[in-house]
Amino acid sequence: MIEVEGLTKYFGRLAAIRDVNFRVESGEIVGFLGPNGAGKTTTMRILTCYTPASGGSAKVLGMDVNNDSLKIRQQLGYLPENVPLYDWMRVQSYLEFVARAKKVPARQRSSEIERVANAVGIDKVMGKIIRWLSKGYRQRVGLAQALIGDPPILILDEPTIGLDPKQIREIRNLIKSFSRNRTVILSTHILPEVSQVCDRVIIINKGSIVAEDTPSNLTKGHGKSARCHIVARAPAQEVTEAVENTPHVTGVRIMDGCAAGETQVSVEYEADIDVRPDLARALIQRNIDLLEMRSVQASLEDVFIELVTEEGEESAPSDAVEQQEVAS
Amino acid sequence: MSGWYAVFRKEIANFFVSPIAYAVIACFLLITGFFFWANVSLMSLVSLQAANNPMISQRINMTDIIIRPLAQNMSIILLFLMPLLTMRLFSEEKKSGSIELLMTYPITDTGVVCGKFLSAACVLVVMLGSSLVFPLLLLTVGEPDLGALAGGYVGILLMGVSFVALGMFLSTLSENQIISAAISFGAALLFWVMSWITSFAGETSGYIIRQLSILEHIESFQKGILALSDVSFFVFFAAFFLFLTTRSLETYRWRG
Repeated sequence: MIEVEGLTKYFGRLAAIRDVNFRVESGEIVGFLGPNGAGKTTTMRILTCYTPASGGSAKVLGMDVNNDSLKIRQQLGYLPENVPLYDWMRVQSYLEFVARAKKVPARQRSSEIERVANAVGIDKVMGKIIRWLSKGYRQRVGLAQALIGDPPILILDEPTIGLDPKQIREIRNLIKSFSRNRTVILSTHILPEVSQVCDRVIIINKGSIVAEDTPSNLTKGHGKSARCHIVARAPAQEVTEAVENTPHVTGVRIMDGCAAGETQVSVEYEADIDVRPDLARALIQRNIDLLEMRSVQASLEDVFIELVTEEGEESAPSDAVEQQEVAS
Repeated sequence: MSGWYAVFRKEIANFFVSPIAYAVIACFLLITGFFFWANVSLMSLVSLQAANNPMISQRINMTDIIIRPLAQNMSIILLFLMPLLTMRLFSEEKKSGSIELLMTYPITDTGVVCGKFLSAACVLVVMLGSSLVFPLLLLTVGEPDLGALAGGYVGILLMGVSFVALGMFLSTLSENQIISAAISFGAALLFWVMSWITSFAGETSGYIIRQLSILEHIESFQKGILALSDVSFFVFFAAFFLFLTTRSLETYRWRG
């Protein structure tokens, strides 16, 4: 279990994260999302005891990251971004080093390495030098080192970055299989991955948490606008005019891929008012044949973009910098 | 010191799996061998001349012509070569990013520092051990002063270990190995020649500078004298830079 309260980290005068609060229950897989520079890696580095926080507290399995750093490090597996391995080592020797570093008892070391190698599917490359491994295998070796010692907490920073779709699916399934008995924090830019793998999502932007919920609740409940797609048999100009003039409609976009003489538009309207009957009436009143109307649920990507863009729009750029800085 | 052994094993493997240790040891032995051969040649030449002059023959001895110059030459060779052993200790980890993983394993910073320090010290021991072949050759042909020989080796070992600590600390300051090696060599050289300026310095500052100079402390070893003050100098020198290395890692953690 991980508890983070008021976590803050300054680099010089710049706040990488500020007053971050969240909680991850045991057995949960939590997706940690945010644009580049949002503070994901900094938060993960504090949780892994790599760097101390400037303020607030972070507890892993009830232990404080500042006071019980060594004990926490023994209970967690970490895969940093870019998977920094010792390229000159053979996979077997590397995992032996990790097992020794993680204080796996000498008698259990070889069985532990074998177990992990089988779990991540690297048993066939154990004798190879890491430098010569494919990106997919490197990533697996990175995961293997995180899994050595069977840690109850796993912190994975973009574990599928740079992999091909097949490898991504394999790694994703692997991470899913961890969830039974482990707490996993997973940082990624691949949003469909979060929907598929994570029980809960935390979105961080400019060092602060902007949303925290299950992926389905986020896509259902979040957003100030809703969307529907309309297909009508009429010229594009007529359709857009009819739709635009309907109250509460906030935007209309013509979409490609329609049959000749038909127009497809994406209509955005205020989320708390269902304007679909009004839209249908508006089209019919103009003698436009309404062929199809369907509401479109926002994807996690839409929610993510909306959340991180909102933040940017609500504060002027100069304010944003000012907010991040500590008063001298 | 928790976890130092894992780091030590890894570093030893790195030295001996890659050509680093072999190249440095080979260079050391080659240059040491060259100076040894030159000194032995000089000794045989002087001995030949002394055969006709009993006055000279009483004055020449193996210690002055071979052993002491050998120890001095080995010290200077180490001055050049030790930065090559220590330059990658932290610079490489910082550049590749592997330091992030290393520092999240349950190993204390002291453990990391000790593991790396002992591994480089081990390479130094192997290097000096290999060079024992030269004094052994002397033992087969004559009776060298074993005290001066042992003293010389102890001095070189202590000096080498101090250079390891100094170089390791400086390798925490840069992720570029060339920069680490350059500043290690510069710093070691500065500690070596420091005493040269004592004649221009005042009495107190001159004394302090002389006490900090490696050259001042290594000379007694080469005479076969193991003075507590000289041994303590090298022990404190190494301990001080090991302490700085640990502090440097700590500040690296804070910088994230």
